[in-house]
Amino acid sequence: MYDKQVRRRRAVLALLVVVSLILLTAYFGESAGSPLHSVQRGVVTVLSPIQEGASRALKPVRDLFGWFGDTARAKKERDQLKAQRDRLLDQVVGLKVALQDNAELRRQVGLQGSNGLDAYDKRAARVIGRPPNNLLLDRLQVDAGSNAGVRVGDPVIADGGLVGHVSFVARSSSFVTLITDPSSSVSVKVLSGVGDTGLLKPSVGDPLDLLVQLLPRDARIAVDDVVVSGGFRTSRLESLYPPNVPIGRVTSADPEELASDQQVHVAPIADLRHLDFVQILVGSSGTSGERAQVGP
Amino acid sequence: MTDYQLPLRLTALGFFTVVVQTAAISQITVFGVSVDLSPLVVASVGLLAGSLPGAVFGFAVGLFADVALVQTLGVTSLLFIAIGYWAGRLRELRDPAHALMPLAVGAAATAFATVGFALMQFLLGVRAPVSWLLLRQVVVTILIGMLLALPIYALVRRVVQGSLPDDPRRRRRRAYTTGGLSPLQRPSAGR
Repeated sequence: MYDKQVRRRRAVLALLVVVSLILLTAYFGESAGSPLHSVQRGVVTVLSPIQEGASRALKPVRDLFGWFGDTARAKKERDQLKAQRDRLLDQVVGLKVALQDNAELRRQVGLQGSNGLDAYDKRAARVIGRPPNNLLLDRLQVDAGSNAGVRVGDPVIADGGLVGHVSFVARSSSFVTLITDPSSSVSVKVLSGVGDTGLLKPSVGDPLDLLVQLLPRDARIAVDDVVVSGGFRTSRLESLYPPNVPIGRVTSADPEELASDQQVHVAPIADLRHLDFVQILVGSSGTSGERAQVGP
Repeated sequence: MTDYQLPLRLTALGFFTVVVQTAAISQITVFGVSVDLSPLVVASVGLLAGSLPGAVFGFAVGLFADVALVQTLGVTSLLFIAIGYWAGRLRELRDPAHALMPLAVGAAATAFATVGFALMQFLLGVRAPVSWLLLRQVVVTILIGMLLALPIYALVRRVVQGSLPDDPRRRRRRAYTTGGLSPLQRPSAGR
């Protein structure tokens, strides 16, 4: 009797492990349109309303926990923002003059549109889910899918800054891979004196510390310089992200680190850990070329 | 009807765990890491119900999480099978009665899930070098898991209470109170 129980237990355990390994192997080798992905897409579509309901119902709980952290940070942020406001007021005057000059010069050379965002429609979406492990997979689920015209690769913004891109689309929901995901890399431009370009990647283990890498060793970058998307375009490929979308501010620009590792540290503008809503940029008119993909 | 009570309760518990985890808990960060209740719930079920229910529950919750979160199928279920099974074997072999046992099991389950998930992702091709920052976050995740282990165990126990086939503590208590001798009173064979 005991032997029979032991044999049964081991057989079930072996069966579960084998099924898991088969699923893992099959899924890993499949393309995005394959049966297992389709099943996954179907389940996500069915679950989306439930998750949306749960997300709304549990918002007070999230807000309660968020309140403690927010209160602790508020005072420090207030002082930082006051200092930042004073600096920005000085800059505004100069920028207004530059804006007028820019508009005048654009008219003279016949350029249209000042920002890549103009080419997109914005779809507001509510965040309804998030995987527990954000160290190695930093994504979130939103309640807008193919029904709302969302496609894989669409850029996503929030709080006036870049958040990431859509990496998986179901009928009524989709998954957004954040710029803090290890697989993410964004071509960026630092709005310093000469507009140095580099590649934005998250720092391992501390995803909210972004790194702009591959910068020139003699780049002149200072703390608080703004980093925006580069929006490159070649004859065959174009960046997922439109140009000039604000991403973050430089928090540390150590000349020694710049000379040795060619990188500076950046904090994202969007509060990526407390997002309730995002905007998906859909329907770009300028996507005639193939889009650069960085994986889901 | 009683035979179906445990599977029904575990199904509801697994569904509720994954939905609440993705919809709310994952969006709360403590010291930069998000809390993961799933391995704690799986370990608690293993401790309370045994190795076989623990492994099956771990597989089901892991698979559901992989599907709902659009992750590579099989990764989380493989890890949770091990957690549920080992927690169940601990109950069957050691019959742990110490009140703080769930704390140690919770810490071990969180550590196994976090490190195992990282290793699986590295094996599947996520290019992320191991750093001190990553290790620090793994340690913080384990500490948070340990702190939450006791309340989660109590919650899971409350959910499955009454439907468990054989509670070791109840079995021991019953042996003493219905005429059975305790090990101290039992005459040894040598005397």
